[in-house]
Amino acid sequence: MAELKQGDSIPELRVTPDKYLPHRYAGASGDFNPIHIDPEFAKQVGLPGNILHGLWMMAQVARGNAQLADGDPRALKRLSVQFRGMGFPEQELVVSGTVKEADGDRVVVDTAAAQGDNQVIRNAEAEVQLP
Amino acid sequence: MAVKTDGIGKQWDPATYEVGAEKIREFADAIDAGNPVHRDHEAAKAAGFRDLVAPPMFCVVYSARAMAPAILDPGIGLNLATMLHGSQEFEWNEPVCHGDVISTTATCAEIYERNGMGFYVFQTISTNQEGEQTVKGTWTNIVRGV
Repeated sequence: MAELKQGDSIPELRVTPDKYLPHRYAGASGDFNPIHIDPEFAKQVGLPGNILHGLWMMAQVARGNAQLADGDPRALKRLSVQFRGMGFPEQELVVSGTVKEADGDRVVVDTAAAQGDNQVIRNAEAEVQLP
Repeated sequence: MAVKTDGIGKQWDPATYEVGAEKIREFADAIDAGNPVHRDHEAAKAAGFRDLVAPPMFCVVYSARAMAPAILDPGIGLNLATMLHGSQEFEWNEPVCHGDVISTTATCAEIYERNGMGFYVFQTISTNQEGEQTVKGTWTNIVRGV
């Protein structure tokens, strides 16, 4: 991976959260906002259904970029994201990215996450220390 | 109606969090972090960590305790009913391991209005029991129709 250069794409990460993933993430993170775990409540407040936690989606962007260093938890130095769309359970999430800067074994990646045409995370930037 | 900005600069008392192995495993499972260093003490030590290590995004677990009083502070006046999590940034330093005690301090960095929306920016700094910084977070919440 150390030979990554500006303009290179990073390997895509594809993950499909199952119906109950938001419940497990709620327990793991402590965020029990009902818009994430209660489809009836979500509909009452005008959403199509319960929506994924933005920070779970951010964790997938983190994971997609940490793959450049085999998932080493020391590799990801910085990650900034903008939440721009609602994500839904049972739809595939695709994390992609393009190397914006490469300086030795440090890369800055322009990255994003989408479900089909729905860009849920945009204008994200990851700084990764390569092995 | 303009946003109330007198909360800028306000800092809340630090919140502490004791990091445990099962919580790390549970979080790693929920985000599909597959590296054995998140599940196995020996694998983590063999990879050079002090002990079982948390995925970077575990920072949301220990930072949340410091963010809750900031978001709920009536002096800030965030309207939770129309609040969206607009953007998020983390900068990581020292990894967080089983047995660590993390202390997080939240500060209101900015409040401003743009295009009829209120932007509330909070910063969190988290340090471990040795005083080493583990993460710096920048949390931007957007409130529609201010």
